Amino acid sequence: MKILSIIFRNAFRHKLRSFLTILGIATAVMAFGLLRTIVSAWNAGVSNSAENRMIVRHRVSFIFPLPQADLTELQKVPGVVGVTWSNWFGGVYGDANDFKNFWPRIAVDPATYFQMYPEFLVPPDQLKAFQQDRSGVIIGRKTAELHGFKVGDVITLNGDIFPGTWQFTVRGIYTGKEPSTDETQMFFQWDYLNENVKQREPGRTVGAGWYVLKVDRPDDMVKVAAAVDTMYTNSQAPTKTESERAFQQGFVAMSSAIITSLEVISFVIIGIILLVLANTIVMAVRERTREYAVLKTLGFTGRHVLTFILGEAMVIGLFGGILGVLLTFPIVKGFGKALPTFFPIIGVSGVTVALALVAACLCGIAAGAAPAIRAAKMPIVSGLRTVG
Amino acid sequence: MIDSIVQVRNVSKAYRRDGRDANAVTVLQNITLDVPTGDFVALMGPSGSGKTTLLNLIAGIDRPDAGQVMVAGTDVAQLNESQLAKWRATNIGFVFQFYNLIPVLTAFENVELPLLLTSLSKAQRQQHVETALALVGLADRMDHSPRQLSGGQEQRVAIARAIATDPQILVADEPTGDLDRKSAEEILTLLDRLNKEHKKTIVMVTHDPHAAERAHTTRHLDKGELQ
Repeated sequence: MKILSIIFRNAFRHKLRSFLTILGIATAVMAFGLLRTIVSAWNAGVSNSAENRMIVRHRVSFIFPLPQADLTELQKVPGVVGVTWSNWFGGVYGDANDFKNFWPRIAVDPATYFQMYPEFLVPPDQLKAFQQDRSGVIIGRKTAELHGFKVGDVITLNGDIFPGTWQFTVRGIYTGKEPSTDETQMFFQWDYLNENVKQREPGRTVGAGWYVLKVDRPDDMVKVAAAVDTMYTNSQAPTKTESERAFQQGFVAMSSAIITSLEVISFVIIGIILLVLANTIVMAVRERTREYAVLKTLGFTGRHVLTFILGEAMVIGLFGGILGVLLTFPIVKGFGKALPTFFPIIGVSGVTVALALVAACLCGIAAGAAPAIRAAKMPIVSGLRTVG
Repeated sequence: MIDSIVQVRNVSKAYRRDGRDANAVTVLQNITLDVPTGDFVALMGPSGSGKTTLLNLIAGIDRPDAGQVMVAGTDVAQLNESQLAKWRATNIGFVFQFYNLIPVLTAFENVELPLLLTSLSKAQRQQHVETALALVGLADRMDHSPRQLSGGQEQRVAIARAIATDPQILVADEPTGDLDRKSAEEILTLLDRLNKEHKKTIVMVTHDPHAAERAHTTRHLDKGELQ
């Protein structure tokens, strides 16, 4: 216990230097935590995918719609126990340059969509009201809170994929079943979209942006995907069927270069922590070479000296790590607030906290290793000759 | 026959720059020395004569190139680093010229340091520390940090640290070299008391003839040879 006390006192012997080192480590750990959190948020869609849902889209891209007629055929595919469909609507709300005005707007089949997505919790009366109102929408809690939308409010959007002015009435607000469920989306009736497009752009077919299949057993996915894609191989709209996870991964893959860069940068940051800490420890050990020689004269061994130095490095690293982690939470919160719809599910995970603290501690060991070994091995006589 | 606690036999020591024999500087040459138990020996000589090196060999913080150093019945050169550390903690009390107290620790904690290596309980350690500090006249300065002490007081704390484990031998390297005359006198009186009343064998390196007068025996070294 006494040795631990000596380690702590040594760590804060030069208060300003230790404070600045801790601050430097904390800043790096905070940046590390933020980047890891962003990468996790980017992958949140993948990790939240249901295991029994599949997506059927046009083989080229989901911007090419699939025929409505596919619905009844898909319902008959062995292993499929439910089918619904959706269309990406896009649209612009207010100032297009304001990030908070972007949130996903999706046309869905009101009768089946929420049965397929039990993670979106809608009060039954609101769901009923939504199903009975052609222009009704169900909107996520986060988006509703961000814009102050309440049930009965009218939302006006300017269409881009589907031009014109579109008015919707908020009929319900959904919440997520899990903390990680995306609560930023807006769902409205596919019929509203279809009927308006027919009126405004005669001859244009809306179709289904993608179909969502619910399979009885996740093990059947490969069979179901093969059956569906074979069925439409020679049609005008050939399909690509994959698990919801694979579909989400496809989106993430579009940004893989950015994600990889962020991951690389986060590990470069660990290198920075190492250098900051190593600099401090090397200076401290050099100043105290004589003291370590004195301790050895008194009977302390090289192993004791190693413990003193590595302990000191770990204490500074850990303090920096803890401060950095504490700073990560408000920074991530602020980041999430600034870009709520880009990162609907953003939060510092336990894994990120553990990684940051372990990295800070390991950096302490790595930074202290070389000077500690040198001091432990240094002959007493050489150490005593050193001018501290 | 006189019982010698320190027996140095035909010891030689050279320091090598870059580890090359060609650059070796001989510091001690074929030294033989006996220090009887309970003696107070002063080692004198000009700078570079090898006094401190001989002291370091006796204290087990350096190893001879040739010859034998037997201290308290142990051939010091035969011990490995870990055994040597344990041996030093038990048998040797070292007093440095510049006190070498740990600045972040209080006087009490500095004296307690070597006791941390023993199996003594906290209460026993406290008793040892208080006894040692009382012996050097600093019972009222236990909670002071080295910065709050004068040079003479720091050296007395260093002596308390050296005797805390009750070693048989005290080795002192210029213990008065950094002190004014009054403080030096106090330190020499203290060493004298430790020798006479507590039967400590003392080997002291000094430049100061006045300090050497307090020893029972004075040996002179010159160019690595005992005169």
